[in-house]
Amino acid sequence: MTKIKSLDDLRKMKEEAQSKIRLRENSDHPEEVVQVKVGMATCGIASGAKDTMKYLIEELEQEAIEAIVTQTGCMGFCYAEPTVEVTIPNKEPVLFGHVGKEKVHEIIDSYIKRGELIDGIVPLNFKTIDDEL
Amino acid sequence: MRTLSEHILDIVQNSLRVRATLIEIIVEENKKNDLCALTIADNGCGMSSKELQQATDPFFTSRKTRKVGLGIPLLKQNAETAGGRFSIKSEPGAGTEVKAEFKLSNIDRPPMGDIWETLYQLFLSYKESELKYHHITEYGDFRIGSAELKKVLGNVSWQQKEIRNGIIELIKTNLEEIGATK
Repeated sequence: MTKIKSLDDLRKMKEEAQSKIRLRENSDHPEEVVQVKVGMATCGIASGAKDTMKYLIEELEQEAIEAIVTQTGCMGFCYAEPTVEVTIPNKEPVLFGHVGKEKVHEIIDSYIKRGELIDGIVPLNFKTIDDEL
Repeated sequence: MRTLSEHILDIVQNSLRVRATLIEIIVEENKKNDLCALTIADNGCGMSSKELQQATDPFFTSRKTRKVGLGIPLLKQNAETAGGRFSIKSEPGAGTEVKAEFKLSNIDRPPMGDIWETLYQLFLSYKESELKYHHITEYGDFRIGSAELKKVLGNVSWQQKEIRNGIIELIKTNLEEIGATK
C-alpha cells in the first residue's frame, strides 16, 4: 500500500479496512468494557508513561480485549509512577504502580483476563473487612 | 524530560486540566537562525499575574494531590541550558501561552522524540477538546488537528491497529517531507 500522506489517504485506508474495523459500539457504553487510565502528569511522563500507554494499546489489541485506554493526571502516587488504573466492568478500580513493559503483560494476563490480583497494587480506598460488615 | 515530545505531552496536560477547548501546539524550526521554538497556547481559564509569577516556581502547583509542580520549571531549565529562553503569557479567562526557544544545534537541546506517538495518544485521550499541531521548517509546514481527524475517521475506535498506524504514518511521512528535526 502507498504511504499515507494526506487526510484523503487516511480516509481511503479507513474505507479499505472497514471490514476489519469494528464500529465503536463500546464508546456508547463505556461502563461495559475494561477501562484503563494511564497517569500522564510530569511524574508519569518522566518515568516512561508514554511507552507504557503505547505498549498497553498494542497488547490489548493483540489479545483482542475490548478496552478503552486513556490518559489521566497525577493521582498523587508519584513514587510509584508509571501508574495505571484498571476498571473491570462492575468492579472497583484498581491502581497498579511501577508499570513497565513486564507489568503490562502481567496486568493483562492475570488481572484483566483471569481476574487475579497481582503484586504492586497501590492501595486506593483502604477498605477493611470491618467496613464491609 | 528526555525529549521535546515529552515536554509537549506534559505542558498540554496543564491546558487540558483547566478545561481548555482549543489547544495549539506550534513547533517552528529554522536551521539558518539555528532556532527551534515550541509554543503551546490554550483558551483555558488563564492565570492571574500572581499565579503567573509563581508558575515557574517548582514548589508551586494548583494541584491538591502533591506539593510540587515541575512541568514548567523543567521546560524552562531545558530551554535555558540549550542556549534558548522561556516565556509565559496568561490572561485570566482568556488562556495561556507557553513559549520555549532552543538553540537548534546546541548539544543540550533535547531531541524531538516520537512526536507522532505523542500526538496520537493525545488525540486518542482527549476527544472533547480540539488539538491542533503545526510544524514549520524552512522547507514547508504541516498541520494536523483532532477536528479534521474526527471528520475523516467518523465513528470508529482510534485504538484499532489500522487507524492507529494510519494516523502515526500520516504524521511521520509529512514531518519527514518537510525535513523536521529529529
